[in-house]
Amino acid sequence: MTAFSPSRRTVLLGAAAALAAPRIAGAQPAAVKLGILQPVTGALAQDGEYGRLGAELAINEINSTGGIRALGGARIEMVFGDARSNPEGGTAEVERMNSEGVVAVVGGFASPICLAASQAASRYDLPYVVDVGVADTIVTRGLRNTFRFGPGFGKVTSGALDNLVKINEAAGKPARTVVVVHEDGLFGSGMARLMQNELPKRGFEVLETISHPTPARDMSNVALRIRALNPDLIIPSSYYAEFVLLSQTLQQRRIRPKGIYCVLNGAASNFRFVREFPQAANLVMDVNHWADPRKPKTAELRRAVEAQNRFWLYNTPLNYSAVMLVADALERAGRADRAAVIDALGKTDGSFTRHIMPYGPTRFENGQNQAAQAVNTQVINNDIKVIFPEEFADARPVFPWPAN
Amino acid sequence: MRSYPPEIIGEAVLNGLLTGAIYGLVALGLTLVYGVLHIINFAHGALLTLAMYAAFVAWKVFGLDPYVAILPLVPLFFALGYGVQRLVIMPASKGEDSNILLVTLGLSIVIENVMLAIFRSDTLSVQVPYAMEVVELGPMLLGFPRVVGFGVAFLVAAVLFVILTMTDTGRAIRAVAKERTGAALVGIDVKHIYAVTFGIGTACLAVAACLLLPFFYVNPRVGNAFVLVAFTIVVLGGMGSVPGALLGGLFIGVMESLSGLYFGESLGQIGIFLIFILVLLFRPTGLFGAKA
Repeated sequence: MTAFSPSRRTVLLGAAAALAAPRIAGAQPAAVKLGILQPVTGALAQDGEYGRLGAELAINEINSTGGIRALGGARIEMVFGDARSNPEGGTAEVERMNSEGVVAVVGGFASPICLAASQAASRYDLPYVVDVGVADTIVTRGLRNTFRFGPGFGKVTSGALDNLVKINEAAGKPARTVVVVHEDGLFGSGMARLMQNELPKRGFEVLETISHPTPARDMSNVALRIRALNPDLIIPSSYYAEFVLLSQTLQQRRIRPKGIYCVLNGAASNFRFVREFPQAANLVMDVNHWADPRKPKTAELRRAVEAQNRFWLYNTPLNYSAVMLVADALERAGRADRAAVIDALGKTDGSFTRHIMPYGPTRFENGQNQAAQAVNTQVINNDIKVIFPEEFADARPVFPWPAN
Repeated sequence: MRSYPPEIIGEAVLNGLLTGAIYGLVALGLTLVYGVLHIINFAHGALLTLAMYAAFVAWKVFGLDPYVAILPLVPLFFALGYGVQRLVIMPASKGEDSNILLVTLGLSIVIENVMLAIFRSDTLSVQVPYAMEVVELGPMLLGFPRVVGFGVAFLVAAVLFVILTMTDTGRAIRAVAKERTGAALVGIDVKHIYAVTFGIGTACLAVAACLLLPFFYVNPRVGNAFVLVAFTIVVLGGMGSVPGALLGGLFIGVMESLSGLYFGESLGQIGIFLIFILVLLFRPTGLFGAKA
């Protein structure tokens, strides 16, 4: 039945070729299409917005500074996709981006979206650069197309535990007992289990792990239990709104431990929290993604973001850096070809310096940047400072917390 | 099970009562609309979200303290509720109760997404000087905004009770609730009463929103966190019963607080829904509900 009728795809291809023909003759090199995938509606929309902002800033910067030189100054054209805060949304958008002919996809934010979207991209040998998603499985499935510039969960948490020991020892070991407060989903429960297993090995006693649902309406009970247990250290792993509620409630009930040490916390490395609740945020520590404070580009980017009346969150520098990574690979590949870009991404080394993360020289192994790491931050004087590791730090830790 | 000193248990009970009063206030609007219009208003959560955004805007743009904002927001949301029932829900339902369910559901989706479009999904909150104040009751510390919320919730319930029992409009509302056709026959404008009831329910939400904002946050989905509980309270207290909603709210609040203390916040939530199922099984009319 279809033997003599041209397929829809052939017709579309012909039409596309006819449209593209005059451009080939022109002087302007064809723009390189880059897929930016972020959840900008649904539960994760806040993170997605800030991720998109980072990608936009990078693309604007590349385009205003001569485009991709190896491609005759080709501009980068953003093909944006809304992952709608779920894996299905992410997959659907990758399919669309593929049909629009993107050379690579950057983003995803949440681990489930990154897992599904990179898998979908792998069917088309479409390079996929994860911006945030920390699940270790993202880079252990043997997908050739998937790269992660930032650190994975294992690396973040082992670093968090080691750094906690170091910070505690440097202060003369003031902390011994711990209460873990966590949200009861995959992220918080996984973190709590890890803490319960690993902290005793490092000389801490976990008095109790307290779970709470998301969304939580009230943290009074959690605060009450913490007051009854009176731990040296509180380790929370919750999402933004719940952590804000918890830290406010602790402050209100005058519960003052020797420190609050967060790992991958939604609020403690978030300037919104610092601006809106300066007292509750004061001296909270976090182990998280954070831009390298010593790089001049970081300050420049932060000013640009704050000039838009927006907050400086880690999503922005991570996405900025991930887009720069793709641009770097395009320069080295010399052509806007997916296989060549995958090849070039895998060979990225220390000469890639346009990123603003506090990492050592880039080196990919099975798609994971081995130099990626989270850093310890602390809210000090209404600013978020890096306190550890020392080579990236712009402040010294305030621990234990001084008495009022 | 862990044992706690009495002052901690006492504080947990008081916290539960304070939170429960706000739950009751949210449930009040829901139960009233159910009792009179016999519809389950799925847009209740979205309307609460809308009211919280309104209170947020009043604070951010006009510098109004959330407690002061109650004064303009109550008539505003009464009018909104009246208009929504009169101009959207009633015409769209074409007299079929099952349509109303879908209309309110659709309304909630529209409201939530309009809020998302305007305010994005950022979690917003107000900063008021008294947010961190506490009321000291012996060894117990109670959050000042929660204590205010408790008092005002009771005040609203009392006012509502007076309106329903002592005014002509209140009598008309009760008449329509009991016997729609009969009420119409004696000359009550049923459509008007429906809209008034919906307006009162929405006005209750405006009060609840203003009481919540000083110690809570607002994002486009925040209403859902309260409405699921409110449904349980309505079933527990008896559909359509004003004192039932308030007492049900207090009961659920204490239940949630204590089970949270003993079984953890996550498991504590199960207690609420266990009650929901038990009430449906053994006393479907609720504690104060009239027989169907």
